[in-house]
Amino acid sequence: MTDTVLDIRGLHVRFQTPSGDVHAVKGVDIAVGRGETVAIVGESGSGKSQTMMAVMGLLAANGRATGSARYGDRELIGLPLREINRVRGSELTMIFQEPMTSLDPLYTVGRQIAEPLMHHAGLSARQARERAVELLRLVQIPEPERRVDSYPYELSGGQRQRVMIAMALSCNPKLLIADEPTTALDVTIQAQILELLADLKARTGLSIAFITHDLGIVRRFADRVYVMRTGEVVEEGRVAEIFATPKHPYTRMLLEAEPTGRKEPPPIDAPVLLEGRDVNVTFKLGGGFLAGAPIEIKAVNGVSLALHAGQTIGIVGESGSGKSTLGRALLRLNHGVGQIRFENHDISTADRAGMRKHRRQLQLVFQDPFGSLSPRMTAGQIVTEGLLVHEPQLSAADRDRRAVEALREVGLDPASRNRYPHEFSGGQRQRIAIARAMILKPKVVVLDEPTSALDRSVQKQIVDLLRHLQEKHGLAYLFISHDLAVVRALSDHIMVMKNGKVVEEGPTDAIFDAPREAYTRQLMAAALGGKVAA
Amino acid sequence: MSDVPAPLELAPAEGAGQSLGSIALARLKRNKAAVTSLIILAFVAVVCFAGPWVYPHRYDEIFGSYVGVPPSLTPYPEEETLEEVMTGAVERGRVTLSEFEVTGSSYSAVLTDDEPIDERLTRYLDRPDEFDGATVASTADDGRTMTITGSVNRQYFPMGTDKNGRDLFARIMIGGQISLVVGLLATFVALVIGVVYGAASGYIGGKVDNVMMRLVEILYSLPFMFFVIMLVVFFGRHFALIFAAIGAIQWLEMARIVRGQTLSLKRREFVEAANAMGLSTWAIIRRHVIPNTIGPVVVFVTVLVPQVILLESFLSFLGLGVQEPLTSWGTLIAEGSANMQASPWLLIFPSVFFVVTLFALNFVGDGLRDALDPKDR
Repeated sequence: MTDTVLDIRGLHVRFQTPSGDVHAVKGVDIAVGRGETVAIVGESGSGKSQTMMAVMGLLAANGRATGSARYGDRELIGLPLREINRVRGSELTMIFQEPMTSLDPLYTVGRQIAEPLMHHAGLSARQARERAVELLRLVQIPEPERRVDSYPYELSGGQRQRVMIAMALSCNPKLLIADEPTTALDVTIQAQILELLADLKARTGLSIAFITHDLGIVRRFADRVYVMRTGEVVEEGRVAEIFATPKHPYTRMLLEAEPTGRKEPPPIDAPVLLEGRDVNVTFKLGGGFLAGAPIEIKAVNGVSLALHAGQTIGIVGESGSGKSTLGRALLRLNHGVGQIRFENHDISTADRAGMRKHRRQLQLVFQDPFGSLSPRMTAGQIVTEGLLVHEPQLSAADRDRRAVEALREVGLDPASRNRYPHEFSGGQRQRIAIARAMILKPKVVVLDEPTSALDRSVQKQIVDLLRHLQEKHGLAYLFISHDLAVVRALSDHIMVMKNGKVVEEGPTDAIFDAPREAYTRQLMAAALGGKVAA
Repeated sequence: MSDVPAPLELAPAEGAGQSLGSIALARLKRNKAAVTSLIILAFVAVVCFAGPWVYPHRYDEIFGSYVGVPPSLTPYPEEETLEEVMTGAVERGRVTLSEFEVTGSSYSAVLTDDEPIDERLTRYLDRPDEFDGATVASTADDGRTMTITGSVNRQYFPMGTDKNGRDLFARIMIGGQISLVVGLLATFVALVIGVVYGAASGYIGGKVDNVMMRLVEILYSLPFMFFVIMLVVFFGRHFALIFAAIGAIQWLEMARIVRGQTLSLKRREFVEAANAMGLSTWAIIRRHVIPNTIGPVVVFVTVLVPQVILLESFLSFLGLGVQEPLTSWGTLIAEGSANMQASPWLLIFPSVFFVVTLFALNFVGDGLRDALDPKDR
């Protein structure tokens, strides 16, 4: 480290809320050197984003920052808006997590890149456009001359994030603050974006402050790391040191939070519970009276699988590969075609009423624990709702007793069953969602990315819980995920999907140790590359 | 159970849990504008519904002597006008008033004539609203001079009277009853039909949605006045017709709003979860869809109530709504605006009641929307 670009000392951030002040960041010291990549790691709520928001003067209206953040010889905290605008966007820039929403859909990409150039560097419209093309080339967007005139909706998620980076780089900033820039992207795209950032850093001598919860990225990408927890920096140091000899127990916990262990395979003679043969799901876009024939999109294209009792099949693939659609088709929750058998019943043509008697055996757990629980029902009501349908003879007291049992089984305090979802954390909500499925004593559970919206340490707990429940009740899981580490820890058998088709399948170890298909290898490299490199 | 994984995350403190309702109530209480508005609304309602029981004038009582008098806190009649009124009354009986004196709330008058005066003349003296209880105290000169005593009838008109001599305050109270009842009842009708229809249409989707929404559009395109006149032609003029007509029109918009909400709600995962659980369509609509549309619906309701009150006054103005002597705020305001220059109080007082009520409704609506938003903590 030579000289320091950004020097944060004793930074506090407080939010005024009706129920009192929330002290989000409590005296943080962070320094970013020239040409250095500093990672700030922490779980959600650790204050890592708010620290950088305070530096950029982007705190919400009720937020207040005190302390010091020096950029060069300029103090950023408490700077008036006009002054801070001179620095941000030109010398300090920021990219955000959600590339889908951080571009204005009404303007072309070129105009959005040109805007800061015209504003900060005083370029003319034509010069700005030329520079925009140059920048798009720099971030490796194909055909930049054509792309400069496209609108955000014409670009993929990865391309949009590249555009965001191009915008951030437009005025040759000294420091780029990246707030979880790859979290919303598929693993292969994520790897490309990280590569791009590393390349840009090498070429332009940029400093990067990288906010993330993903230790794999930190290990691969950063020089130094700060670990934050509940608004404080608990540990800092060089990446190699932190990963080799973590001192703080929280850091150790984070490092160990990677899901580990393998699942015991089910007995070989286990009966087939759920079987799908040549399942197709087609979505029709547009069309209708006068609009002509609709466009057909084959989301799932001729997939077959057989799920045995006690078995877990992991389905992996990038977004849009049809893995979630397949899961729902097997539960007859969308308009899939193909033969689907549950136990000895052909359920491929069962109607709503016909499916009802099987529903309790076939349960589903969703990705987003915030969206999957109705905000106007208590945890107890949510958990027991299925009983109203499938065991209508139960009295309210019986249902309450079952709710207590179910909540205890998923490791939640049953006393909290009269509380509403918003009073629970993400991990607790996911436990409620699991309890809702388990109370019906199902045989098959489709788990649709049940851990992706959760922090690593919570993920591990949920994985342990799922494994425990499976052993106890002999459940069969269909585990849908893009997270290979979690899939590996839970599955017996893996199916790799791409564009609605299964490209490769086989026992977990075989897939991980000797992937045959190029696509599978690519996925592995992107997701687990960090570990291989380290 | 011994093999339970330890609850690593702390569950929220034990206890009954704060329901969204109780949180909403607490949040509403913190909103000073909403609380003040609720108090004002309650006050207006009490005045309109309880007021007529204690107020001395009926809404259809005509005071011929006080046509279009301005509002005043001192009682009518005014002292200086009494003699003139008495002279007029006595002359109608073809006798002469020779002496007239008012002491407190009673008067004595001495009448003279060339011939003996008939005692039935007292009837003439009671005819103006100002005087009451004329009795013959004494006669002299063989009945050619008569002393009559009686009481001066003092009336308070705090808000003046209208062009027909009816007490405006009494009319405002009865008009408020009509307006509030129409506003709330018609809104309630629109709410129930609109929410159920919209939620069902949005949730079921597909062809059903298409048919249901086309029906809404057809009804929408029907001119409102034409529709009301049709109803009047078929069912005759009736008070309940106002509810029916307004409710039948207003639910359309409600249905559209709820349908829009439902379309986004039905893609939420908790609805899909309910589906996976095997809940019937109606149970999902009832348990998961309708409760979650409440925020926008509440806001729309508070906009709808004033809209309905205005619509009712419009109908009444055209002679299709409430009929004289019954009235409503809208009708009173319409009358007031016609007499704005001569008697501005006819416009001012009903408008004040109306505007205050509408303001209060809007503040309550805003407060409720903020309070019912589960995300806003």
